[in-house]
Amino acid sequence: MKKDIILAGVGGQGILTIATIIGTAAVKENLNLKQAEVHGMSQRGGDVQSHLRISDKPIYSDLIPKGKCDVILSVEPMEALRYLPYLAEDGILITNSKPFVNIPNYPSEEEMNKMYGELKNYIKIDADAIAKEIGSARSMNMVILGAAVKHLGFTAEQMQDAIKEIFGRKGEKIVEMNIKALLAGMESAEKNAK
Amino acid sequence: MEKLLLLGDEALAQGAIDAGMSGVFAYPGTPSTEITEYVQHNEDAIKRDIHRTWASNEKTAVEAAVGMSYAGKRAMCCMKHVGLNVAADAFMNSAFVGANGGHLVAVADDPSMHSSQNEQDSRFYAKFALLPCLEPSSQQEAYDMAFYGFKFSEETKLPVMVRLTTRLSHSRAGVERREILPENELKLPEDPDQFMLLPAYSRVKYKKLIAQQEDLIKASEESPFNSYEEGTDKSLGIIACGLAYNYVKEVFTDSECPYPILKICQYPLPKKQIHEIMAECDKILVVEEGQPVVEEMLKGYMPNDKIKGRLDGTFTRDGEMNPNKIMAALGMEDTTGKDTPKNVAGRPPALCDGCPHIDSFQALNEVLKPYGSGHVFSDIGCYTLGYLPPYNAINTVLDMGASITMAKGAADAGLFPAIAVIGDGTFGHSGMTGLADCVYENTNIVIMILDNATTGMTGGQNYCLENKLENVCIGLGVDPDHIRVITPLRQHHEENTRILNEEIAYEGVSIIIPRRECVQTLKKKIKIRNAVK
Repeated sequence: MKKDIILAGVGGQGILTIATIIGTAAVKENLNLKQAEVHGMSQRGGDVQSHLRISDKPIYSDLIPKGKCDVILSVEPMEALRYLPYLAEDGILITNSKPFVNIPNYPSEEEMNKMYGELKNYIKIDADAIAKEIGSARSMNMVILGAAVKHLGFTAEQMQDAIKEIFGRKGEKIVEMNIKALLAGMESAEKNAK
Repeated sequence: MEKLLLLGDEALAQGAIDAGMSGVFAYPGTPSTEITEYVQHNEDAIKRDIHRTWASNEKTAVEAAVGMSYAGKRAMCCMKHVGLNVAADAFMNSAFVGANGGHLVAVADDPSMHSSQNEQDSRFYAKFALLPCLEPSSQQEAYDMAFYGFKFSEETKLPVMVRLTTRLSHSRAGVERREILPENELKLPEDPDQFMLLPAYSRVKYKKLIAQQEDLIKASEESPFNSYEEGTDKSLGIIACGLAYNYVKEVFTDSECPYPILKICQYPLPKKQIHEIMAECDKILVVEEGQPVVEEMLKGYMPNDKIKGRLDGTFTRDGEMNPNKIMAALGMEDTTGKDTPKNVAGRPPALCDGCPHIDSFQALNEVLKPYGSGHVFSDIGCYTLGYLPPYNAINTVLDMGASITMAKGAADAGLFPAIAVIGDGTFGHSGMTGLADCVYENTNIVIMILDNATTGMTGGQNYCLENKLENVCIGLGVDPDHIRVITPLRQHHEENTRILNEEIAYEGVSIIIPRRECVQTLKKKIKIRNAVK
């Protein structure tokens, strides 16, 4: 078992929570893990990414080599594309479709569609809308995680256990909300796979 | 023992706690901040009441660590690479006085400058000071090196540098813990002259330090962190230092590396193994994170095409290492996916929505319009982002504290108005002496101390001058009539520009303190408050 995952987004969108949950699931399965994060200046509204590597064998590099990433998991559609040089030939890109526009030269909808038109293997879902629909607007990142579960080499139960462990301190209600978002994301991904 | 998932920074912190550390002394700076923050929140550290309050700056931190070592206890000081410049006086001389209780100097370098103004390599400092240096290649080594480092420091009676780099500092992996050791008892140095650097004593100590170098080399040769891996193809030997070792191993995940590899994680260089690989291999590839420290030593000054690395163009001269750079250097087929589409726009960091600095910059920009650009000297912090559009509000950044002193120098040259923009944390770090210079000469200057009640850029740490800014300025001799506190909010814009104009017109030292809490720390506080409810 070996998965190289790049998590992408904009500072403050909560990609590190996704990383923590996948990491917790991996540790429970006794897998090796390395997760490189970005701290400091770039966290202020800039692009952020995290390299997450999981394997049953020793992992050396904290960074994923270009062309070797199995899954790009992004909470923002333009940020997902930034890391294409890392994506393996048979890798998959899973992203939120809702743009986060805090720059003047953000690509137009037409340009975005064109860029996505050239990809062969991706899942794009409106995770913000799905989260809102189930009454948990703040769980957008769990919707995206849900959309990816199948491609990360984990079962839904393993992810739910990890969510319980991470959010357990915050109470039953928060756990429930996040699991609901996870399942909604899984369902949506089934429908939206290209 | 228990296995923890830790950042490299946290692994070093946990190691130091478990190895019986009695105090951590530090000033925040990316990528080193999490070492101290981890100690601050660690249960064992709290139970033992290990010293863990932030210092004013890196120099005071190193000096306090030397003091704790003098008293026989194990101490660690932590800083980012450029922080070691601030602490350099204390650090260089600490090699002469040495250590009594174990003393670790943890320095986190930032190659590729993710969050820094340069990418200097702290190993040069260790070599400069003739001190041993440990450079972990993994989170587990960072943990283990705390134990090894404290012990080695006490055996050699020398401070030991631990050099981290960004990708290790901020990467998480499983770390196996050991039994926690007791702290040292208070015990003054046996030799009463040990911590005395009058010239006559210094001359003796320098000779001793030089004589000790052979022992340090021998220790490196026998170090558990240095290793020699045999290879069948002797056309090339690889010397891989610290984290760069991982990148070499990474490119041989699916195959055996044919070349001998010398892994170096303890300095000074292990002479025996260096001789061995140099004699055995036709060419040597030096892979190191940061500057070509080892490569330069091996290459020497005369033409020498045996050594490959950053100096001959095999690798780029600057920037951090990665597996792809190594594949290219070894002539292996590079792996890369599709190019990033051209329409993907850059997304530089920016000031947060509602940040008080935005209002300060808007006021400043307005009053400076009649004078043209080029009048604002700034400093290290979130407000450095004020250089970028749409603000374009500042003109210079050099180092911590330089806003005030550069503005002073420009004022001395005749520039009017000369404005310094510095954060409250940075002012506490190294702004006060600059202000004292200005007061001493009654320099015609306006100093804006942006008071957001925290050290913002590094994630909101406490700092030494909290709630003391006005009193400190008065104490340093600023006329209280020209210390003006303003509220950086849109509804105060007109009043704020009026006050700025008044102080520009005043001939002498003016302090303007725009005071409003950082929106990030405020958000955190509200979250905690709501959670309590």
